[in-house]
Amino acid sequence: MTVEAKPILVIGGGISGMTAAVEAAEVGYPVILVEKEAFLGGRVMRTSRYFPKMCPPTCGFEINARRIRQNPKITVHTLATVEEILGSAGDFKALIKVRPRYVTGNPPLDGAVAEQLTSERPDDLNFGVGTVKALYYPHEMAVPALHVLDKEALSDADAATLTDTCPPGSIDLDMAEEEFIVDVGAVIVATGWRPYDATKLDTLGFGSYENVITNVMMERLNSTSGPTGGQILRPSDGKPATNVAFVQCAGSRDENHLPYCSAVCCTASLKQARYLREKNEDSRATVFYIDIRTIGRLEKFYYNMLEDENVAFFKGKVAEISEDPDTKDLTLAVEDTIAGEKPNLTFDMVILATGIVPNTADVKIPFDLTYDEYGFIDGSTEVAGVYAAGCATHPCDVSRSTKEATAAALKAIQCLNGGGDSNG
Amino acid sequence: MDEKIGVFICTGYGIAEALDIDALEKVVTGELSVPFCKTVDSCEGAALDAINEDIASEGLTKVVIAGISPRLYKDGVFPENVIVEKVGLREQVVWCLPPDDEDTQMMAEDYLRIYVTKVQKMQPVEPFLPEEEIDKTILVVGGGIAGITAALESAKAGYEVRLVEKTYKLGGWLAKQHKSIPTKPPYRDLEDTGIDTLVEEVHAHPKIHVYTSARTSEIVGAPGLFDVTLVSTGNGEPEGEVRGQFRVGSIIQATGWKPKEISDSLPYGKLDNVIRNVELEEMVKEAGKITRPSDGKEVKSIAFIQCGGSRDKEHHSYCSSICCLTSLKQALYLRENDEDSKAYIFYEFMRTPGKYEDFYRRAQEDHGIFLTRGEVSGITSNGNGQLSLTASNTMVGEQIQVDVDLVVLASGMVPNAADGEAIRLLEDAKVNAVEGDSETKRQEAAETVERLKHHEGTGILNLNYRQGPDLPSLEYGFPDSHFICFPYESRRTGIYPTGATRQPMDGKATKEDATGAALKAIQCVEMTSRGEAVHPRAGDQSYPDFNLQRCTKCKRCTEECPFGVLNEDEQGTPLYQATRCRRCGVCMGACPERIVSFKDYSVDIVGQMIKAVDVPDEFEEKPRILVLACENDAFPALDLVGQHRLQINAFIRVIPLRCLGSINTVWVTDAMSTGFDGVILLGCKYGDDYQCHFIKGSELASVREKNVREKLEQMAMDIERVELHEIQISDYHKLPKIFEDFAELIEEIGMNPFKGM
Repeated sequence: MTVEAKPILVIGGGISGMTAAVEAAEVGYPVILVEKEAFLGGRVMRTSRYFPKMCPPTCGFEINARRIRQNPKITVHTLATVEEILGSAGDFKALIKVRPRYVTGNPPLDGAVAEQLTSERPDDLNFGVGTVKALYYPHEMAVPALHVLDKEALSDADAATLTDTCPPGSIDLDMAEEEFIVDVGAVIVATGWRPYDATKLDTLGFGSYENVITNVMMERLNSTSGPTGGQILRPSDGKPATNVAFVQCAGSRDENHLPYCSAVCCTASLKQARYLREKNEDSRATVFYIDIRTIGRLEKFYYNMLEDENVAFFKGKVAEISEDPDTKDLTLAVEDTIAGEKPNLTFDMVILATGIVPNTADVKIPFDLTYDEYGFIDGSTEVAGVYAAGCATHPCDVSRSTKEATAAALKAIQCLNGGGDSNG
Repeated sequence: MDEKIGVFICTGYGIAEALDIDALEKVVTGELSVPFCKTVDSCEGAALDAINEDIASEGLTKVVIAGISPRLYKDGVFPENVIVEKVGLREQVVWCLPPDDEDTQMMAEDYLRIYVTKVQKMQPVEPFLPEEEIDKTILVVGGGIAGITAALESAKAGYEVRLVEKTYKLGGWLAKQHKSIPTKPPYRDLEDTGIDTLVEEVHAHPKIHVYTSARTSEIVGAPGLFDVTLVSTGNGEPEGEVRGQFRVGSIIQATGWKPKEISDSLPYGKLDNVIRNVELEEMVKEAGKITRPSDGKEVKSIAFIQCGGSRDKEHHSYCSSICCLTSLKQALYLRENDEDSKAYIFYEFMRTPGKYEDFYRRAQEDHGIFLTRGEVSGITSNGNGQLSLTASNTMVGEQIQVDVDLVVLASGMVPNAADGEAIRLLEDAKVNAVEGDSETKRQEAAETVERLKHHEGTGILNLNYRQGPDLPSLEYGFPDSHFICFPYESRRTGIYPTGATRQPMDGKATKEDATGAALKAIQCVEMTSRGEAVHPRAGDQSYPDFNLQRCTKCKRCTEECPFGVLNEDEQGTPLYQATRCRRCGVCMGACPERIVSFKDYSVDIVGQMIKAVDVPDEFEEKPRILVLACENDAFPALDLVGQHRLQINAFIRVIPLRCLGSINTVWVTDAMSTGFDGVILLGCKYGDDYQCHFIKGSELASVREKNVREKLEQMAMDIERVELHEIQISDYHKLPKIFEDFAELIEEIGMNPFKGM
């Protein structure tokens, strides 16, 4: 480590990527962190609380953000993607493409100007529920702390407003896409996941019935920065949800959808049942499951939920959901595999525990890697110089992701030390 | 170089529109006599270059920039030898108070007073570098798959490794296994364990020194400087004979697990043909077939009972994570050998997370594997060697009965770990039971000895630490981390537990976990060699100085340090071990004599910052409320208050602390004597689900709050003048009301009677 090593390229700035970056950089190695969104943090920044401690992800994010800010060895590119990787372990060239933000950050911009605009765009943070202005602050804890402009959504009148009111140079409507090549010694793939598209579950009514939402949307409902300011309200009438069904394995463990188990949804739903119980008085939660998979010490979280009389567990697969067109209440047809009956039960809101789909199922890493049939990177096939971590390799929770990211950081360092598997 | 202070006041971001900048400058140059003060229109990007030019041309050594939040600056943009403090006028004043208002102006002026005073008192930080060279060798304790992986991965990164195993050979539990569960697509087929190859690799690696039949009898020192003594465990050599003494930099504890005792409700040890999963595994590995212990007859049918020792609320309320997969695997051992055999698996929940679902599906497709959800209610011997098993609460709703050759109990995992804190308590109690001051104390100590005596002789690492010879345990005895985001953080710097000793996990997860632990161990020695703190104040080069001439040997610092940094000499004088230190300042808060100081953070510095506030006299009816806020959660939450343009009470004055646990009670008396009317403490959540990144900081602050209240009573003040709140970043919206309510309370009970005295 006497001469400066080539940097490690980390693809993905979610919890796995950020962790890999800071862990490697704190050992002493330079890192280039590439994130496709406008801010760091990825999925956890859309999560209200972590199980089992019910603590906000922003707490750990703040520490990681500080570690990144304070470490000159880390270079961050947001709105950026890796388009091409050539070469081999110890000597890669990666082509990075940066999409224009149209906001320069220098001179700084007064965000209040956004209020004067009429152009709007879907609110990505809230999974398209609601809109934001075309000039928007992408997350309240955004790193980098910069606005983003959606030029596509910006009307000519609004463009003129920005030109007239913003300090010259703070907005550059002619900003172009940028491409550059970096020399790196190793690559860490931490491209994460997306929720399974619940509209594909055609008997469960998502997309047709307003009060059927997904678990990731429930995270936003419980967030102060979410569409309801942190209240758990029915989308149809804005009334507090009081009788809520949690439908487990909505897509997962189903050969027609995701044959694997998404590993986190059981504990996530229990956590969300707690959101409901804490926020809405006299509310009831009913969890429909195949198996409750609260593994390891998470078991205590399940046992604690059993103490709550207003939380019921129901072993059975939800076959179909129907809606009362007047009340917008929902009736679940359930195969009750314990009693052998098929009861119909009615709720005012339903949360679908949709599963984890690797982002690499849609967009592959531009390098010769092996994927399994689900699109996860096949970690058992070793590719010298390229190491994957977190949900890019299998469905897993935050703690497991950060452990794998830390492990990937070491593999990358071994590679830079000329070692890899050849005894450094 | 002579000290010269400069202040830059930013006029951008709407600051100049909200505040009287001339008046601010007057406070700086007039009242505070700062020789250099300048306005700048931005404090980002190119504007920082201009500030740096002024620093150079004016010869400034200490600088205050009043503009955007300190959380928005990158490190390394200012010259290294210059102290730079940033004041977030934008977020914490301008954005959350009305513009062009007397009270807003007063707050901004106070923050300049506070931070100019701070830099006046701060001294440049120099990294701690011990005289002896930092050793970068990694000690791995435990030679199972976790230890083997940690050793190999550290060595491959170029580090010397000492690997210690208590038995005569490496391999641990994995070496006793016949096959492993699938890790490769299509995730359906059993795999070779690969352990023999790995063991060979370890023995062949030039950087790994292996000690088998050995254990650590003592570890003295601190990260980078640990002196380890190994003794024989008695295989071949006399037990306890010294096997080696050497120095290491950091430690990985990979001491693995042992099977959980089977609950009395199951006839293990009572019926011959009832065995545990670990015994079946060894049988298949050694004999290549499954036979009945009672008569050696080849087994044609097995009933597996899940959770035979785990998930029992009475005994054990965690799940051992791998037993479902192990039983599925063992069912295939039987089925792959004999097409006519039958395997029954009785479970409550089948736990095959992630891609292991494919393996479960393979078992479901096997016509000889019967997966039954239900509770086993009875196991009896048929007399002919067979066992008859009944199960109730099944999915078909009725009681079922099967006859099998063998019953296998899926026993759970318990960690091979010692509870360092309990051992320490036991040792202390043993002394006090004899030497205690009074009969009552001796009696209490004797009861403690009785309660903790099962910890006697359980030590594993045998650290020479005041707070105990091993890592503190979490619930169920795992020396795990409590943190979701930072799972490797243990409470002993440079010592990282990994694998099944810290939580139940499968082989693949263990390998990943151990590789990550190796990174952390390496990172620790590298950061220590640069004189830097490790997580969470990663990179901090400050460290506390103890003015021992004034020490009264009260031992509060040695007992309260969350990381066991301090040892004691015979007289009870604290012995500070810098490379163990996380720089939270808890010791500084604990010390009644105020002898603990960092160059850039001390009781005096914060006390002077408090006293720098210009408190109006009581007739102006402008109370002042001091807010001491945790830097990690409460302080960023205050930034978010501004960012969301929530309005706050104009009478608060916020001073951030490294950790609320570093609060020294004298600050509250300082505040009262300065004329503050009340103090709000903002810390992280404490209790079982604590969020404090220094583990015990916020909890200690809550204890000190009580001391503070006592002190207030002694001063004949209302104890309500001090309030503690647990605040996480996402609670930012609660802050305005907390301040408002407190201000109302002050109005009710009246202004500080000592104001102006």
